[in-house]
Amino acid sequence: MKGEMRVTTPHVDLPRSFTLKVAEEHGVYGSLKKALAGIKPDDLIQMVKASGLRGRGGAGFPTGGKWGFVPKNIPKPRYVVCNADESEPGTFKDRIILERDPHLLIEGCVLTAYAVESHQVYIYIRGEYGLSIQRVSDAVREAYKAGYLGKNIQGSGFDCDLTVYAGAGAYICGEETGLLDSLEGKRGHPRLKPPFPAVVGLYGSPTVINNVETLASVPAIVEKGPEWFAATGVKNAAGPRIFAVSGHVNKPGLFELEMGKVTLRELIDYHCGGIRNGRKVKAVIPGGASTPFLSADELDVTLDFDAIQAKGSFMGSTAVIVMDETTCMVHAALILTRFFAHESCGQCTPCREGTHWAETILERFEHGGARKEDIDILIDIAAEMGGGRTICALADGAIGPIKSTIQKWRGDYEAHVPGGCPRNGELCEVSW
Amino acid sequence: MAKLSKETQDKITDLKDKFPARRSAVLPSLHYAQAELGYLDDATLAEVAALLEVPQSMTAEVVGFYTMFDRQPRGRYKLEVCRNISCALMGAKQLTKYLEQKLGVELGGTTKDGKFTLLETECLGACGYAPMLMIGPYFYENLTRDKVDAIVGALAEDRDPPIRPAGYPEMDGEKPKPLAKANSASAEIRDRLAVSEGKK
Repeated sequence: MKGEMRVTTPHVDLPRSFTLKVAEEHGVYGSLKKALAGIKPDDLIQMVKASGLRGRGGAGFPTGGKWGFVPKNIPKPRYVVCNADESEPGTFKDRIILERDPHLLIEGCVLTAYAVESHQVYIYIRGEYGLSIQRVSDAVREAYKAGYLGKNIQGSGFDCDLTVYAGAGAYICGEETGLLDSLEGKRGHPRLKPPFPAVVGLYGSPTVINNVETLASVPAIVEKGPEWFAATGVKNAAGPRIFAVSGHVNKPGLFELEMGKVTLRELIDYHCGGIRNGRKVKAVIPGGASTPFLSADELDVTLDFDAIQAKGSFMGSTAVIVMDETTCMVHAALILTRFFAHESCGQCTPCREGTHWAETILERFEHGGARKEDIDILIDIAAEMGGGRTICALADGAIGPIKSTIQKWRGDYEAHVPGGCPRNGELCEVSW
Repeated sequence: MAKLSKETQDKITDLKDKFPARRSAVLPSLHYAQAELGYLDDATLAEVAALLEVPQSMTAEVVGFYTMFDRQPRGRYKLEVCRNISCALMGAKQLTKYLEQKLGVELGGTTKDGKFTLLETECLGACGYAPMLMIGPYFYENLTRDKVDAIVGALAEDRDPPIRPAGYPEMDGEKPKPLAKANSASAEIRDRLAVSEGKK
């Protein structure tokens, strides 16, 4: 398959890949042994910096840089937290690692803990991911027994404990400081930054928070070297990403592809077998619900951070949502806006009120009663919500679908004035 | 007036000093309590707080914030349909309507026999396998009317659905724990929510 590069999903198709036996047979924990036997913690940080690995959760922050911010000279514990609260609509990539290769994730977590000299890891998994919680918990028990967790790991003198923590249903807990508050037993309210978690994080202590796919990338970097990783992909985008494709394609699913080597159009037409029923594509969300929509003429873009950003959208969590020509963009914007209104934590007025009012107005478009000037009111609301007026990025994400659909499919909105949806309120033609 | 069994009480008190801050035990404790009782009323929130020796405000504050916690009794089988974009593109709304008709309840309602509650949720991370339905700890994906009929038909008679939930391919030789029969799904949830090894 063009562009395929399996770094975090090499084992997921193997029977019982979630067991220690199968994982060890395929080399999992080899990198941990290698690091504990001969790589100094600070050198490990340097390796990850040199690899060019950037966060796979959505923001794309350089991973080694994040680790480097953690102070090692203060008398507080340091924590490593794995963000497994995968809940950005369209995103289902971390789940495959949690369910089918939990040992690779644990190896990545312990390597990270070793690098920043932490002795406690938490894996925060969204509560709805029942099988993930079970598989990771089982793997943790196996890893303790086999000496990959606990005291004196593999005779190295390094101690590391790992605790699995289940969320309870809140999108905002995927925001890293919202997650920390949740882990502390509170409502998941994002925190003002600075201070950043690397300095003041979990329980007020220095904390590294990384996404599942990010942490699962670390063992390969240790095994094959940072130079190998850095030489893959394209500028500012080293290594592969797991693209999670959903919507109106013939073969939706997960594709771990080297960044920058495949275009969005190729992903849809070749990897996913094109659009269902021979239809044409109308819109694609390239990186999860928070990223602006791309139109059919913007799909010849390579799948890497800079190229997608140059089109005015983001790579985000590499959740590619494909909509065919029968899809109503007003309805799509309504579904996403309703989601953001539901998930706004309520701390900041622009987000709490803005998502609510945008939803109300979009309902008006959908069900009747919208006026033509409501289109501009939506644009106004979006302008008031975005641009750093809020503690976290939820509001900035929420305006992406609204702004981009108005900008690119204004006609869809005008067709809803004033009588509501011209197609009886259906999002798209679907035979179910 | 303790409503929680001794077993659940012990699980909760065991969490008291598991974390650097006592408060971190609140969410897992509420999961345990709900797994046993099916929902969390005010008395249970107070009981959990008392067991953890934290102010009642700490349990009351979070219960409304997290969507997995139920404040009212639900049916034995909670059917939760994802309504977000990827599932909607593949017929989630039609699926919900079909279930409404089939069960004779409106969204949010519980069947008269107390067996099924029909709910919608936001994205559950099954986007490429839409439309989907979460029942207890399990995801049922790539749903068709036939599959829904088979799942609901079996559960109506407290039998396990003839369809494997997501994540249990034949090649693994793993059988999912039973979903049917009183509270076994809850027991499963209790199991998997065990805060695993590791200490403060």
